[in-house]
Amino acid sequence: MKPAPFRYVAAESLGQALSAKAAGGDEARFLAGGQSLVPAMNFRLARPAMLIDLNPLFELDYVRAAGQGGLSIGALTRHRTLERSPLVAEHAPLVAEAVRHVAHPQIRNRGTLGGNLAHADPASELPAVMLALGARFRVRSARGERWIEAAGFFRGPLATALGPEEMLAEIALPGLPPRSGTCFVEVARRRGDYALLGVAAVVTLGDDGTCTAAGLALCNAGATPVRATRSAAMLVGRRAGEREIAAAAAAVAGEIDPPGNVHATAAFRRHLAGVLTRRALATAAARAGAGARAR
Amino acid sequence: MSGERVLIATTVNGVPHQRAVEPRMLLADFLRHELGLTGTHVGCEHGVCGACTILLDELPVRACLLFAPQANGRAIETVEGLARGPGQLHPLQEAFRDAHGLQCGYCTPGILMTMKAFLAENPSPTEAEVREALSGNLCRCTGYQHIVDAVMLAAKRGAPG
Repeated sequence: MKPAPFRYVAAESLGQALSAKAAGGDEARFLAGGQSLVPAMNFRLARPAMLIDLNPLFELDYVRAAGQGGLSIGALTRHRTLERSPLVAEHAPLVAEAVRHVAHPQIRNRGTLGGNLAHADPASELPAVMLALGARFRVRSARGERWIEAAGFFRGPLATALGPEEMLAEIALPGLPPRSGTCFVEVARRRGDYALLGVAAVVTLGDDGTCTAAGLALCNAGATPVRATRSAAMLVGRRAGEREIAAAAAAVAGEIDPPGNVHATAAFRRHLAGVLTRRALATAAARAGAGARAR
Repeated sequence: MSGERVLIATTVNGVPHQRAVEPRMLLADFLRHELGLTGTHVGCEHGVCGACTILLDELPVRACLLFAPQANGRAIETVEGLARGPGQLHPLQEAFRDAHGLQCGYCTPGILMTMKAFLAENPSPTEAEVREALSGNLCRCTGYQHIVDAVMLAAKRGAPG
């Protein structure tokens, strides 16, 4: 199993990497952690004419506090770093909780947040987490930069809103309001496998315990990571109690279009969506109520 | 495009090497075919089995998911670098022998490199932590029990990670 030949460019600067991509267009691919791209190349499912290796660009590997509890995360930040970062644990506990489900330690040592999101596998955990958190992505090209909301970024299986000249450069996570709780849960056949289905939940409570905001997103529930906005909205303005959460969870099945395959039927995934949404919302609400951010 | 080579300089087990390689050469193949270090085994070649796990700047990674040029300027450690000298075993290898932590041995180099880094970071792990750390390495012989025993034994003996 050998990849097809390609031209290799080790990036010396962000500007040079973006110029090379502008010249190479669709025929050129950025190489970040390579944990999805390289297997695809080994199988010759992907045959880029040029690889622009971003790994020398240490300036893209950072986690910074961005004010009001928000975080700015460089695209080349490894999963390993997200797993261990005190800033992520404090300000984005949903990311810390979900990233432990991403593959295995050896993969997390290489894999990057930007690469994971740009790969846009609908079964992957972190794209769903970005939807639940309302992340924004800073996208750069040789001609400038723009911001894309996570909600508009994922367009299909392995397809994003990125143009052929563009690079996902930074992920901006908004701070969670006070009395917010988050939770990520998934069911997988084996540790480290892609989830049969996964749910990311965010619940914010008012002073009187009423739910003031809720976010829900699911992985492996459709052609893209799926936001369950109608189900989440059912909680808002209500007490996040057992009955209310059960009603919202029951509605999720109507907002998703999960795949059926040898690993699980679509019907089983719909069932999982209800069960896992109920658990994720209950845990997120409990964590919000405890006043402590979720771990 | 085919045949284009790039010059790389990398340190493997403390020994510097320079080679001109095709960019598409996987690091696992570079170690085996260019340097003759056949202790790094190649299993699935798509990042699932963990047999080719090596240390890249001290962190375990899949050598089948890196291209050789990506090792330029980096330090690599392979299973050949574990023992201090000929006829000797690294304490981790010693523990694997004592606890019967291998049968056919195909997965063993990858597991040793994974566990070396794991014990360096977590010298007194619980069994559950060992199993979690092992999750990225497939073994089709042992059922894992003796591998876990071997790692726990190495930790108990204070094997240096």
